[in-house]
Amino acid sequence: MDLVNVLFIAPFLDMADAPVFLAEVVISGVLTGVMYSLVALGFVLIFKASGVFNFAQGAMVLFAALTLVGLMERGVPVWLALIGTAAVMVALAFVIERVMLRPLINQEGIILFMATIGLDFLLQGVGQIAWGSNVKVLNIGIPNKSFEVGGILLNEFDLFAALIAAVLVGVLAVFFQKTAIGRALRAVADDHQAALAVGIPLKTIWVIVWSVAGIVALVAGIMWGAKSGVQFSLSLIALKSLPVLILGGFTSIPGAIIGGLIIGVGEKIAEIYWGPAFGGAIEGWFAYMLALVFLLFRPQGLFGERIIERV
Amino acid sequence: MTGNGAPLLIVNNIEVIYDHVILVLKGVSLEVPEGGIVALLGANGAGKTTTLKAISNLLGAERGDVTKGSIEYMGERVDSLTPSELVKRGVVQVMEGRRCFEHLTVEENLLTGAYLRKDGKAAVKRDVEMVYHYFPRLKERRDAQAGYTSGGEQQMTALGRALMAKPKMILLDEPSMGLAPQLVEEIFDIVKDLNEKEKVSFLLAEQNTNMALRYARYGYVLENGRVVMDGAAATLRENEDIKEFYLGLDRGGRKSYRNVKHYRRRKRWLV
Repeated sequence: MDLVNVLFIAPFLDMADAPVFLAEVVISGVLTGVMYSLVALGFVLIFKASGVFNFAQGAMVLFAALTLVGLMERGVPVWLALIGTAAVMVALAFVIERVMLRPLINQEGIILFMATIGLDFLLQGVGQIAWGSNVKVLNIGIPNKSFEVGGILLNEFDLFAALIAAVLVGVLAVFFQKTAIGRALRAVADDHQAALAVGIPLKTIWVIVWSVAGIVALVAGIMWGAKSGVQFSLSLIALKSLPVLILGGFTSIPGAIIGGLIIGVGEKIAEIYWGPAFGGAIEGWFAYMLALVFLLFRPQGLFGERIIERV
Repeated sequence: MTGNGAPLLIVNNIEVIYDHVILVLKGVSLEVPEGGIVALLGANGAGKTTTLKAISNLLGAERGDVTKGSIEYMGERVDSLTPSELVKRGVVQVMEGRRCFEHLTVEENLLTGAYLRKDGKAAVKRDVEMVYHYFPRLKERRDAQAGYTSGGEQQMTALGRALMAKPKMILLDEPSMGLAPQLVEEIFDIVKDLNEKEKVSFLLAEQNTNMALRYARYGYVLENGRVVMDGAAATLRENEDIKEFYLGLDRGGRKSYRNVKHYRRRKRWLV
């Protein structure tokens, strides 16, 4: 009886008791979720256009952030450092296509996946060799003041992150749906060989996709770096974006966003209202459990491409 | 009917090996004249698709290699070009099994075919209308996801997509596969139309020998990776072996299964 109370009654009574606090929890969840989404977006881009699950996305986030901080530490102005880092990410895309993807053309997805694991280690190592492995502070002048709206405490930085994510998604959606290159990317995602047969040059497409994913990683790196410092553990947030992908669907850009929001809000609420019943710290595994449930009942995720079956 | 122009495509004695060990084509030679429709006939596994992929250079993506012989298109060796360079020069393959981009709409599918073109949006748009003119059914379904259209519509989409690249030559692989006989006829009529009006040459791989020989002007018969016979379509149709083995005809017309022979006629080309 006590268990029922702790699990199914008390949490809701707590919520009803303090609606403002609940709103604060939800909003802070939403904003954390946005940060997860930023990382998840990079995965979706590459998976959508090449069917490769890029394990190195987290390392790319770290690498981008390290490069940016490194440049700024050497006295490069912010705007120039941003452009420089973007250029490095595009160059990285060229190298990855030439050295990794081209020799592995037409191999199984699992082989490409293994290759990205290698890339993951390489990027982490190279990034830290080049720029040092101590924790760095990234400050590119994003405002970070708290203010109150209707009794709810908000943070300018979080709102800024949400705005950036929204803009990014908007731009990507237009890019994928309305441009010839975006159309070609979607075509490649559907059928590599058929895309080759109609003359879409796969090499160019891959460079484009990895460049875009690199730049998304840069954005995620900036936001996470500014929030929690640039350090090795940055590459581990990629693990948190796995449940986001499973929830939202590996092939859906809006899915990455919604999935991120659900995970962000879900884990905050779970931690605060159900945490005590489990002895706390359920924020750490809640997302994975949710992903497990999704894998059992809706493996393509909320917005994943429906598996088309013709009878 | 200009079936006797200079050869547009010359395949000269090519050998194809998959995975460095499996010898699939053992010396195939053929020619496609400018403005011609040439049929490549043969049973399952005879090497039709491999021949087409060798020409379009899609073999590389399947770990196949052209190890001997040469392929010339408009007087130039094209063996080492990438598929997209070949599309730029006007050779497009329509693959077996249609292979539409399932999650794109029919119209988006068509537009992907124009990816390499640099002649502006207006020209592309005009050609989309041209495709709709040949395949009015696609116009009705233009906003449907290609994955949910019927087999015939998908075949039309695949052909239309190839047309969008403004090809001089289409390598058409098994267009009749899985389609109702009436639809097959419709598709072949359009192929003939495209050949006559848009001056597109076709190299057509088909198992449906009867259909292929009605529309093609010349044919090659492949067996076990070799060309065992070739000739004008009309000649092939009258050949006793072709009749027996590919058209299912007896001396007196359609083969009757009431008096099946218990021996198989020996193929004369095996002697």
